Amino acid sequence: MADKVIYAMYDDDEVLKDGAKKLVSKGVKVADVFSPFPIHGIDPIIGVEQTRLGIFAFIYGLIGLTLATVGMRYFMIVDWPMNIGGKPSFSYMDNMLAFIPITFEFTVLCAAHGMAITYLIANRTLPGMKAKNPDPRTTDDRFVMELRTADNHDFSVADLEKMLKETGIVELEQKDIV
Amino acid sequence: MEFTIAKKAKTFTLALIVIGALFTAIGVAMNIGDHHFAQRLIANGLIDSLFFFSIGLGALFFLALQYATETGWYVAVKRVIEAVAGFLPYGIGMMVLIMLVLTLTDGAHIYIWMDPDMTNPASHHYDPIIEGKAAYLNKPFFWIRTVVYLATYYIFWVGFRKRSLEEDKVGGTEIHFKNYKKGALFLVFFAVFSSTSSWDWIMSIDVHWFSTLFGWYTFAGMWVSAMVVIVLLTLYLKKLGYLPKVNDSHIHDLGKWTFAISFLWSYLWFSQFMLIWYANIGEEVVYYMMRIENFKVLYFSMFLINFAFPMLLLMSREAKRHAGILTLVGVIILIGHWLDVYIMVSAGSMGANAHIGFLEIGMAVALAGVFMRIILVNLTKAPLSPVNHPYLDESIHHEI
Repeated sequence: MADKVIYAMYDDDEVLKDGAKKLVSKGVKVADVFSPFPIHGIDPIIGVEQTRLGIFAFIYGLIGLTLATVGMRYFMIVDWPMNIGGKPSFSYMDNMLAFIPITFEFTVLCAAHGMAITYLIANRTLPGMKAKNPDPRTTDDRFVMELRTADNHDFSVADLEKMLKETGIVELEQKDIV
Repeated sequence: MEFTIAKKAKTFTLALIVIGALFTAIGVAMNIGDHHFAQRLIANGLIDSLFFFSIGLGALFFLALQYATETGWYVAVKRVIEAVAGFLPYGIGMMVLIMLVLTLTDGAHIYIWMDPDMTNPASHHYDPIIEGKAAYLNKPFFWIRTVVYLATYYIFWVGFRKRSLEEDKVGGTEIHFKNYKKGALFLVFFAVFSSTSSWDWIMSIDVHWFSTLFGWYTFAGMWVSAMVVIVLLTLYLKKLGYLPKVNDSHIHDLGKWTFAISFLWSYLWFSQFMLIWYANIGEEVVYYMMRIENFKVLYFSMFLINFAFPMLLLMSREAKRHAGILTLVGVIILIGHWLDVYIMVSAGSMGANAHIGFLEIGMAVALAGVFMRIILVNLTKAPLSPVNHPYLDESIHHEI
């Protein structure tokens, strides 16, 4: 039997939250939730992993720091030595204070841009990418919970649908995963 | 819930006061014959008055900021902030006392512009630069400004406290909106006075020198010290089982403030230092020359402590919710900011004669004991949680 994905639609985020709580307590694994706005407190209920974006931000920041330091040392000290504030010592260390603001700005620039682009790629939401939300109404006033049969071997499709119907859904849809 | 001071806390604050007094006595006995003794004693009085007064004032500013921005989350810790701000009247007393001593001793070689010789062309101490500033820096005008600052702070504090207690009884939103207006008004006064008072009380020690960043720099130090005290007090009360409405998210938010304001302080310290270093103008660099000549290790390690500790230890989300880490960082940067005030006052007045001995440590420890005791007494005077604040419910459900 092909793996199936079940989409249960709700018209209220609180109803969805209570439903998710009930399903999870019975041992059902909820794959994802689609919502027009962040639902407060849904992450721990459906067990969304802690984001690793912070680690990426740190790495991008380090890259920015390195690039800025190497770049400025080359431009200002090696390639075309500059007289900095009347301190013609031509050494990076002795003039480091003057470079700190730019190093800081470049670190922030790289961290922020890197993080934003990583976020867009991870969510497949770069411009031109095909939207992966199951129903366009989830960008307006509806909330969709996604269950996958592959995650829930202990339950049949009929069981899952029965349990979902008890949680106050407004629509139910299932699809085969090709 | 009503707060009662635990026996341990009573013993601890008393021990601090006794040990501090003992150290001070040893310090006095050791240095009494010293040529610089009077100057050193008064400088210490000024350092500690400024430091503890600033914490009370910082807490009052933070409270006014929450009123003016109609913040919701802070309501659960509002009485903690008020208890710290409640030190303000005592801090004002300390400031008035030390300013009186300074005025009566013609500045005690700390505010040298108070010395009449400085503006007397016949004297060999005559200083034309001080003469040029005499229209602003003179005793009567100095006192007018000091009284205006302190009276304004005091009046706002009394009003905030009165309305806060009244709100517990009557409820409604009328008091809330009144606080909103008064909070915004306070910020307007504070924006001007925090700058000008730091010129009068601290920058005038290095009387030839001036920096437009100085007010912000002092203000950031004041704010971060107050934040640390609020965090430490909240954690202490939580540990004793008080404040059931304060959850991890409140602690996290207070931790974020400490983290952010430490950065603000470091940023302003660096901005002032870097610009003066870069421009390298004689009349400006003299300020840093004095610090590097006499306080090189202390001055730069003070900066590193106050910058690096909060940055490295409070970076992660978990650390900001961890009572142990917050306490460690808090105590370290509180000492760091005391050192900041110490150098601000000592470098320009005592210079090469300044050093930290029994006298400095003793006075600071004794006053820290008094400070803690007053704050704990303040906590007993009102219920630990406001009952009728319009945002109380929002604060209880605060989750980040």
